[in-house]
Amino acid sequence: MADTTPTLRMSYREACRQALRDALMADPRAFVMGEDVGKYGGCYAVTKGLLEEFGPQRILDTPLAENGFTGIGIGAAVAGLRPIVEIMTCNFSLLALDQIMNNAATLAHMSGGQFAVPLVIRMATGGGRQLAAQHSHSLEGWYAHIPGLKVLAPATVEDARHMLAAALADPNPVLIFEHVVLYNTEGELDPAVQAVDLTQAKVRRAGSDVSLVTYGNSLPKCLAAADALAAEQISAEVIDLRVLRPLDMATVIASVVRTHRVVIVDEGWKSGSISAEIAARLAEDALYELDAPIRRVCSREVPIPYAAQLEEAALPSVAEIVATARALVRPQ
Amino acid sequence: MNATEIHALAAEVLAGIAPEADLSTVREQEDLREALDLDSMDFLNFVTGLSQGSGMPIPEADYPEIYTLAGILRYLAR
Amino acid sequence: MADFTMPALGADMETGTVVEWKVRPGDHVRSGDVIAVVETHKGAIDVECFLDGTIDDLVPLGQELPVDAVLASVRGPESAAAPAAPAPTTSVPPAALPSHLPVAEAPTAPMHPPTSHRRKVSPAARHHTQALGIDPDTLSGTGVEGAVTLADVARSAHAAPTAAPAGPSITPANTPTRPRGGFDPDQMRRAIAAAMGRSKREIPHYYLRSTISFAAAQSWLSAWNRTREPAERLLPAVLLLKAAAKALAQFPQFNGLYVDGQFQPAPPVHLGWAIALRGGGLVAPAIHHAQNLPLPALMDALRDLVQRARAGGLRSSELSDPTVTVTSLGDRGADEVLGVIYPPQVAILGFGRIVERPWVVQGQVLPQAVVSVSLAADHRVSDGHLGGQLLAAIDSALQSPDTL
Repeated sequence: MADTTPTLRMSYREACRQALRDALMADPRAFVMGEDVGKYGGCYAVTKGLLEEFGPQRILDTPLAENGFTGIGIGAAVAGLRPIVEIMTCNFSLLALDQIMNNAATLAHMSGGQFAVPLVIRMATGGGRQLAAQHSHSLEGWYAHIPGLKVLAPATVEDARHMLAAALADPNPVLIFEHVVLYNTEGELDPAVQAVDLTQAKVRRAGSDVSLVTYGNSLPKCLAAADALAAEQISAEVIDLRVLRPLDMATVIASVVRTHRVVIVDEGWKSGSISAEIAARLAEDALYELDAPIRRVCSREVPIPYAAQLEEAALPSVAEIVATARALVRPQ
Repeated sequence: MNATEIHALAAEVLAGIAPEADLSTVREQEDLREALDLDSMDFLNFVTGLSQGSGMPIPEADYPEIYTLAGILRYLAR
Repeated sequence: MADFTMPALGADMETGTVVEWKVRPGDHVRSGDVIAVVETHKGAIDVECFLDGTIDDLVPLGQELPVDAVLASVRGPESAAAPAAPAPTTSVPPAALPSHLPVAEAPTAPMHPPTSHRRKVSPAARHHTQALGIDPDTLSGTGVEGAVTLADVARSAHAAPTAAPAGPSITPANTPTRPRGGFDPDQMRRAIAAAMGRSKREIPHYYLRSTISFAAAQSWLSAWNRTREPAERLLPAVLLLKAAAKALAQFPQFNGLYVDGQFQPAPPVHLGWAIALRGGGLVAPAIHHAQNLPLPALMDALRDLVQRARAGGLRSSELSDPTVTVTSLGDRGADEVLGVIYPPQVAILGFGRIVERPWVVQGQVLPQAVVSVSLAADHRVSDGHLGGQLLAAIDSALQSPDTL
């Protein structure tokens, strides 16, 4: 039903919830399964009220057994259902890594196309909530390493609202990473936008001196950095990757062709990260557009600390993004 | 000194004063100062080098005899 | 702790690049030591440090830095050896961690390959210069780590429209390729243009000239040179220089600097001697205390300066110290030269060729060696009457060459 009201303001959390609601209403094969998604309403309150609305056949509370219930989700997808598996956070997905990598990502390939796995797995990701070393990982970059998976990182309310539908329509397994800090953020929804693609990175802010390439919760940090840089007459372009696998390098390279300088901001650790992959591809395919070394702002190479000021120091900061960009544009 | 030695000495001394100069492009009767844009300091350095290389004193009064390559060849052959 | 900063090697210098450090962190330096080679539009200049102590925190090579930028720090001899400052990283340091917290891994500093002599040029810039037919290795860089960037290429292409528009960049045989330690003719020309433009805009010049008999000096010189080997002979220019220096010592309004609306006379005559460089270009390094140097010493100083001006190795103090300039077109230039004052100096003396001209001696017209001397002076500081007296003093000195 077309929404005739002007732009709607809602929280990222609410956008996720409405997306789930739409999915359950649109397709009877769709169902949600995960820890605390039903009675509790979801660890991050994303599925609040859905059990009451759709009943226990569509909203399944699972035991604390990631490997098991992810496997069940894979099986359900192979059998023709449209499961939306919620793994509470990507930290716990490590327990289901074998299912995700060796089954979900490979069954279509290993069966010669006889089996498809139209599975969606949603996971909360990232740090900044003082949940300490074991609960603050950003593993979306890791998953983007695996052929057979699609990896999404919605950073805006619009993407949170509409990416799920596109993910469900995809016959292959799709992982959606929702950053914990983004749940409370709010944004505008343009009612004219009813769907989004899962292929393109987006220029969130146009600029001419340096490209800030990022995703997830680092997007608002980059936008804030761009504001600070503008006050110093440095024009920063901000690219939201949106999809980490497959990467839309065409948009990134087009940006580098405009600015000739790039800073990649990635909440993962620098070593072997998605930022490293992007840097390598820029060096491979856009070397002669680069007027300065490629720079990356990532989390410090430490397990994410618990104490608030240490955690803040370990994660990418607006100040660091500003300083790094400034040093590229004004090396003196 | 024979002609080859004199020529080599002149070229060597000039190389230190006017490194980009090519002695082979200068005609024998041409005034070296004009051809190679040598000022009085350059010329004095040239004379100093010729004098040290040949052992001859080359007084100031004799300078006009060594403005050209032909003159140098005659003068230093004495 | 004191800072060693980028010196101003001339009124028109805005930036310079350290291309070589002659000391290492921790070395002991004494006032007057040459500790770095700085590349400017005048070529590579040996820069002296006028501090005593232990040097540290040397800036990386290859960065174009403005005048007064800190290049290194010198700790006074009494301070204990402090640990060297960490190599600069591009990231902002994290909030201080308590020392007892184990850090899983030290933050990685940016890796720099071992020093290669390859000039840093950004990929985009190098690609662009190939299309323009410019050699990027001849450009100065303002990018990260002193790399040549697109902007540097654009500036250079704009300033030198005679660069080959297409085809490979082959330098013609008679264009001097820029040796290490040499100068960039285009940059030097721009620097000269800036200085001369400023001079004519700001300094109200007045001109006086005089013809001086050189006969007495000439015969003195011939007598001197007749009994000496070439290496000990004097050029006429040395007599002209010494006469000028002595006269300037008597008339301080022509020897000093005009700074911030005020004339600051300088007691010593640090005479800037204009040297034309082969291939074009001009420098006027100082001969310190010229009025006190005996003629042979003055000749040696002249020879040494000319050699170093052309081959590289001029010292920063020589470029920044001149209190007045003398230009001589020598034996192969014009009969007279009217100079342009080099700011912030207040005068420039010009000598023309020594020529034979008719001269009246005791009622008779006889041929005689004469030379034209001119004075261009700053009218804010001196007047024609004084200028005339200066020229008369030079004349007088040249008539008694044995007193020079």
